[in-house]
Amino acid sequence: MNRLRALPPHCLAAAAVFLAIAAAGLVGPLAAPAGPGELLGGPFTPPGAEYLLGTDHLGRSVAIQLVHGIRTSLYIGLLAGVTGTVVGVVVGTLAGYRGGLLDEILMGFTNIMITVPAIIVLLLLSISLDTRSVTVMGLCIGAVSWPWTARAVRSQIASLREREHVDIARLSGSGTWRIITVELLPYMMSYIVMAFVIQLYGAILAEAALSLLGLGPSGTPSLGVMLHWAIAWESIRGGQWWVFLTPTVFITAITFSLLLVQSSLDSVFNPRLRARKAAR
Amino acid sequence: MGFLRHLLSKLGWYAAAFAAALGLNFFLPRLLPGNPVDTLVAQALRGGASSETKQRVYETYIQEFGLDQNLGAQFLTYVGNVLQGDFGTSFSRHPAEVSAMIADALPWTIALQLPAVLLGWIIGNLVGAVAAYRRGGLDRGIYLSSLFLTAAPYYCLAILLLYGFAVVLPLFPTGGGWSFGLSPEWSAPFAADALSHWFLPFLSLLLVFIGGQAIGMRSMAVYEVDADYVRFAESFGLPDRKIVGYIFRNGMLPQITGLALAIGTLVGGALLTEIVYSYPGIGTLLYDAILNKDYPVIQAVTLLVLIVVLVANFLVDVLYGLIDPRIRAAERGDR
Repeated sequence: MNRLRALPPHCLAAAAVFLAIAAAGLVGPLAAPAGPGELLGGPFTPPGAEYLLGTDHLGRSVAIQLVHGIRTSLYIGLLAGVTGTVVGVVVGTLAGYRGGLLDEILMGFTNIMITVPAIIVLLLLSISLDTRSVTVMGLCIGAVSWPWTARAVRSQIASLREREHVDIARLSGSGTWRIITVELLPYMMSYIVMAFVIQLYGAILAEAALSLLGLGPSGTPSLGVMLHWAIAWESIRGGQWWVFLTPTVFITAITFSLLLVQSSLDSVFNPRLRARKAAR
Repeated sequence: MGFLRHLLSKLGWYAAAFAAALGLNFFLPRLLPGNPVDTLVAQALRGGASSETKQRVYETYIQEFGLDQNLGAQFLTYVGNVLQGDFGTSFSRHPAEVSAMIADALPWTIALQLPAVLLGWIIGNLVGAVAAYRRGGLDRGIYLSSLFLTAAPYYCLAILLLYGFAVVLPLFPTGGGWSFGLSPEWSAPFAADALSHWFLPFLSLLLVFIGGQAIGMRSMAVYEVDADYVRFAESFGLPDRKIVGYIFRNGMLPQITGLALAIGTLVGGALLTEIVYSYPGIGTLLYDAILNKDYPVIQAVTLLVLIVVLVANFLVDVLYGLIDPRIRAAERGDR
């Protein structure tokens, strides 16, 4: 808890922004007077008393789409982030702790996955799927985003397992599972938390990129889908700023706040950066 | 000898990655439930196509993949065609050859990305080294603005620049590769026109890339500024510019790896930037192909991007081995 108090103010501000946006995504859809697909007014009505953020090319309310979009994007991000982190930690731990042939095979596979750009694999997966539900999209993104975490976890586990307390546990007859959960993983918690934030950030971006290309989730608005329609209907060149600026600002706010939180966590957890701060 | 072995083992890894990529590109659309080709044909023809179109789509597929053969033989046919540079014909712009469409789009993409990557890498690393050395307010300012530039996805910055400098202030054209009424040719008026269309997408790529590199360099250089050689140089009263130069050279090595790792994301992001500006490159080609469900074009573009990323990674690896003698030593086991 003490260490959390050492967080710089801009980190707390960033966390607050992220939580506020997440709350809008949770509460907004319940409070909204209409569904995201309902045609309420004329196309491209500017923001005003009637429509808080105006309407899009079909006359749907941008504000209602926004709160639904935030919910979809965050849901996909969370699902993909959890999947990616869990798979990455499991693969990295297995490879680092077992070593030998299993390590070679797993890391070879990981390196190949890192070299092949994830967005291309996602694109190929998405064009192959006829209907893309939000859950399927989240799982797909998680299934391609784990290699970075796996590689980093592996190198940490490989050095951790040489420590004396691990030897003692092994000599006193603890099983592999117990050694991993009790002796190794607690030392990695701060790292895993940071890896999760990065995974969440990457997944939200991946969803937005896929949706922008027209491969978004079917039937629900997401921040990327909103951007896709804004671009497809030329709202930038038409000067309908409320249509394209809304998803742009919110995607940027979400990703920027996540990255700020991550970098501040890094400076708190990373002793080298901490020492430098104290010396200044 | 050590270097050669390093090169060969790297080459082996990339061959494996390329085989995986080629396999993914071919098998992924086929492994999912249902007969994918039927789905593809049905999707391509949604909205009641004429029997002539239907025939055309079927023929394209049968010719391209050899559909009467088994999956293994189909894969060989596909690889054979690809090796000959034959990606089949486009569905949406029949009878255009996919390879010709790619050849038309590729120069625009290269003209956009190559200068942005090289310039962005140099400027970003310099900015990062200066920030780490100077510390204090300048460091915080550069760090936060770089973080903002990288956090904002490529296309978000592109949208803001397009709206700001082409719509609100009409300084630049609102998109496309050249003005309406002109056609691509080697002449001064066309070059000037193309340059004005090129500038905004270039700028948005450059800014994002500078941000990413500056952050990476700063976090490397943070460890360098406390090193003995910096204190030593400072005690001699060397000018800051010179000391930053030393830090830059020492922090540069990991940054080259960073460049290799960033290439994949970079190419993907740059393709999305093209969409925002309707720039006539590979990104817009891909976007149109997805909208029109033009599968031969989509698969050709994904394969092209995969190859470019793998080759770029390999080149950076070779460069790294040449620059850093420790890599060669480690490969030989001398360390």
